[in-house]
Formats: sequence, structure tokens, C-alpha cells
Amino acid sequence: MAARMMPSRHDPIRRRDETAIGISVDGEPIAGVEGQSIAGVVLARGRLAWRTTSAEGRPRGLFCGIGVCFDCIVTVNGERDVRACQRRASDGDVVETQHDELPEAAR
Amino acid sequence: MSPGAASASSAGRTVLVVGAGPAGLAAAKAARERGASVILLDSADATGGQYWRHLPAARPSANERALHHGWSTYTALHAELDRDPGCEIVLGAQVWAIEQFGAAPGATPDAAPGADGERTDAAAAAAPAPVAVHVLVGLPDGTARRGRTFRPDALVLATGAHDRTLPFPGWDLPGVFTAGAAQAFAKGERVALGERVVIAGAGPFLLPVAASVAATGAKVLGVYEASRAAALVRGWLPKPWQLVGAAKKGGELAGYVGSHLRHRIPYVTGRAVVAAHGTDRVEAVTIAEVDADWRSIPGTERRVVADAVCVSHGFTPRLELPIAAGCELTPERFVRIDEGQATSVPGVYAAGEITGIGGVDAALAEGEIAGHVAAGGSTRDADLAAAIGARRTFTGFAARIEAAHGIRPGWTSWLEDDTIVCRCEEVPYGRLRETREATCASGLRSMKLTTRAGLGICQGRVCGRTVEELIGAGGAPGALTVDGSPSTSATTDRRPIASPLRIGELAGRAPGDPGGPVDPHTITHRPSEKGHP
Repeated sequence: MAARMMPSRHDPIRRRDETAIGISVDGEPIAGVEGQSIAGVVLARGRLAWRTTSAEGRPRGLFCGIGVCFDCIVTVNGERDVRACQRRASDGDVVETQHDELPEAAR
Repeated sequence: MSPGAASASSAGRTVLVVGAGPAGLAAAKAARERGASVILLDSADATGGQYWRHLPAARPSANERALHHGWSTYTALHAELDRDPGCEIVLGAQVWAIEQFGAAPGATPDAAPGADGERTDAAAAAAPAPVAVHVLVGLPDGTARRGRTFRPDALVLATGAHDRTLPFPGWDLPGVFTAGAAQAFAKGERVALGERVVIAGAGPFLLPVAASVAATGAKVLGVYEASRAAALVRGWLPKPWQLVGAAKKGGELAGYVGSHLRHRIPYVTGRAVVAAHGTDRVEAVTIAEVDADWRSIPGTERRVVADAVCVSHGFTPRLELPIAAGCELTPERFVRIDEGQATSVPGVYAAGEITGIGGVDAALAEGEIAGHVAAGGSTRDADLAAAIGARRTFTGFAARIEAAHGIRPGWTSWLEDDTIVCRCEEVPYGRLRETREATCASGLRSMKLTTRAGLGICQGRVCGRTVEELIGAGGAPGALTVDGSPSTSATTDRRPIASPLRIGELAGRAPGDPGGPVDPHTITHRPSEKGHP
């Protein structure tokens, strides 16, 4: 186990009344709560990487967490290049991970 | 000048504030108190900035203040502005360009900031900021964002800073984060980024990050500060009497130390994470002792099993908007300001981390001064005395932080030829080095075009200053040259399109032309113009 969300029952700030939502990532259903970012939903399930880089095919996920680095981009409901750390997850969001191949000439 | 006359000339002025962190919130409040109309923009969907990053309304809790310092300051600022009909808060507002249209009529040299930083109400009123601010409002990176353009009488830039993380082998592995990411996800998501977490880099920011991460239930294995104790003493100990007024800051730091004792978090100086290991995710890190220049000392390496590494070596001010507005920078590459927080551009003010990495108290004071003067006030007004005093108290912090924790050149000893420097374009250090040696190309622009370093989707925000240093374009900050010509603005900080946007969004609205049907003295909202000539 790696990343995870602090369970509300253990959280010293006493979170309450969180509303369950569900999104899918590459077709796999993932449960979250309203107000989480898409990156937050995915990380809370222990998944650290979702994008694959163009040149080296390496895994990437969250890095800066504040919208600066664009490492975490995903396709959301057909919209490409959405920063997963900035976009709140909405119930029913269809998220697809991105692997943008380099153009042939650039290889 | 009598207060009555001042408020008369403030009436009808519009102040646009970009950034709703501590500096921007304080600026908005001060401008409102002077009688100006205020529009406060932030790209996030909540105010507070990174410092007061918090859970969204959809995730209520009974005691969120436990995660924050100065939480009641934030909630009071936010509540006051939120219920004030004279302040419009626009969230999800991404400024993508600032257009200059020359000196506005009436912007005589007299209206520019005077030697003593005084700006009279009459002069300020006569010189509306010669800028148009183009904004997209909507979901982050969404396709249905709405365009708005503002031409305020005064503009306050409070765009803050982001983490600067130096590259090291393996820093591109999943599980390596900036310290800011750890902080943002602890406070704003209640997510722990790992079970066994190493926090490393440089600067006082590592302490609150460690406290936040520990408060998510993760095990913080240690905080590794690259600067050695001698540097910390040099930075923090001289003229200690200056710190007396900053006792609040001392209290905040003491709180973190208390948290560290409770969680038994070691704080070790003169150590750096010099490599992260793993195949598809981080599994361990190498921590080495470093010398005063941050060069790793052979034989001191120690491997530590960890599943998350949070690393920041300082902050990079977000300068693209001040540069786009035409603001001069200092040799240290912050926005040059005068006593009234005025920049070199009439009607444009700057506050917070873009004027120096000074922390929240400096940001609050600077914001208050900027908002007050932007709304037509003077630095001599009695109601600004407390903020001026606070700014003086905290102004030394930036210099102390730099002296104690500033990046030292020996960090390049951590690099291997295959260490990725530009994360977006996956440019390894070896390619940068070979290109520099083979072509004698020392100009930043030609190096970028040859290697593609810094040309990716993050627009060089993560690697820009690192690439400048590695190709030798940095040198003394004031002597930065780009393709042979000295420049403080043609660096990686310069981004004419200040934020990535879609071709369709660009095509849908040409930048508003200054001669267009826009009254320069009023704020204009131009929803999604189509077919703009």
C-alpha cells in the first residue's frame, strides 16, 4: 500500500457528511467522495501513476500537486490534457489515461 | 491630503487583484476599505492560495483549523470579501495574457512612483494601468471556459510562487513529489502520498510539510535539509533582535518543532536525497551528506526504504504576469517595487512572494499596502502604519531564508548523464551537456530549440531555472544573457501566453485591441466573443 486517504473516522479534524461518487479510469470503476480532485480519487486508491510519457514510455502521476507541472494530465469526458490535480471529480466522470506517441519523424 | 479628499478620488476606481492567497486577500480588503471596487481573481476554485489550501465545501469538518496557521485570519478575510457587494470574487479564473497598450493618457512622469514611493491620489487617478488582462473562467483546462477581459484602474499582482525541485537521478519516478504536493494533498485532500515518507530539500517550508504529512497518519522518516548548520546559523542568527518583532513567526516554527517532537521526526542538516530508486515507482532513496556547496560527499551515502519522497529546494516566483505587464525585475529576479508596492508600470502593483520569498506575514502586509495604494491611498496614511511596520519586521525574512537555505552550485554533482532534467520533453542532463560542448551554444534560446529542454507543456516552469543554470546562462542573476543580449525578461520566466490554452480558445477570441470599443476606465466583461475581427 502506498498513497491513501486518511479515513474520516480517524481524522483529527473530524470530517463528516462526505458524499460518495464514482468515476471510471480506463473503464475501471473507482469510488471517491465529492470534492476530491481526480488525482485525489486515484491516489486514494493507492495508484501513483497514470500517464505514460511520449519519448521513453515511462509512468508518471502526480508531481507538483498545484497545477504547475502538467505531469498528471488525463482525458476527462473526452477533454484532453486536463490536470488531474486541478479538476474536481464529478460523479460519473469518464477518465482515460494518456499516452501520446511521438510523431514518427521525432523518434 | 485629507482623508475626505482621498476617498472622493477613490470612488469609482476599480482595482483588479490577481491571486487570492494571503497577499491578494489582504490587497482586496485594503482596496475595499479605501472605497474602490474590487475584482479578485484566482485560478483555483477557492480562495486562500497555497498557504491556506483547504478542503472544499463538499467535505466539511469540525476542526479544519487544526491543519492551518492563521486560519481565523483567512476565514475573516474571506468572509468579509465574500459578503461585500463591492468585491466580486471570480474563481476558476485563469489569466492567460496581459496586454500592454503603452502609457495611458495622463501618465506623465509625475504619475510614476516618486523617489519616496509616494503616489498621490490625483496622479493615481489620472493614470489607469495601461494593461488589459485576459482571463478564461471555468473548469480547469475545460473546453467551455468563458473569456473575460479587464481594464482596471489599478492592477495588483499577487501570483505567489511554486516549489523549485532540483533534478536528481530517479526524480521522475512516480512517488517522488514536490513538498508542495505533499502539503496540498494533506491539507486539500487528506491524502497521504505514502506510508514511509522522506522529506528533503532546503528551507523552512519543509517543517510545515513534515507536520502536515505526519498529520495524515504517514510515517515521516526524516526531514533532510541540504544546508549545513553553519549556513543556518549565518542566515538566522545575525541581528537576532530583528526577529523579536517576528515572534508570531517564531511561534509558528515552534509549533512545527513541537509537532516533530510528538511524531519523533528527525531533522538532519547537511543531507540531501541524491537519488531515488525503483523501476516503476520509488522504492528507496539514497541520502548523502553534502558539503557547504551541496556537493555530495563520497562514502556518506545511505539507502533508505521509502515509498514517497517529497523534495523542494526553494520557491520560484510566478513572474509571467508581471513580465507580461512590463514590470521591471530586480537582479535577484523578483518584481521591483517601491515603498507603495508600485511596480515600474504605472497603476500596476505587486505583493507577496513575487517580490521576495518572505512568507505569509510579509505577504499580508505587502498586500494591504498594495491594495491601499492601488485604491488611491498613500503610504503616509495613518491606517497603513501597522502594515508598514509589519512589512519592516518581516522584510528581512527573505534575505535570511536565502542566506540560510539558498541553492548552492554543488547540487550538479548529483546528476548522471541519464538524469532527466526537463520532465516534459524528457531531456537528460547528458544531452544538455553534449549539446553545449558540441555547439558552443550558450544562448538559452538556441539550447532550448536544440535540446527541447524547457519547451514542454509546463512552459519551463519546473526546469526553466535549472536549465539556465546548467547551460551557464544563469551566472550572476543580474548578468543573465539570452543569445548574447543582457536581459532580465527574456528568460524562461517570460511566457507571452501565460498559461496553456487550447487552439480553439485562442481562435475564439483575438486579444482585445486597445482601440476597440472598450471604455478604458470601466471594467469590461466580454463573454465568449465569437468572430472578433
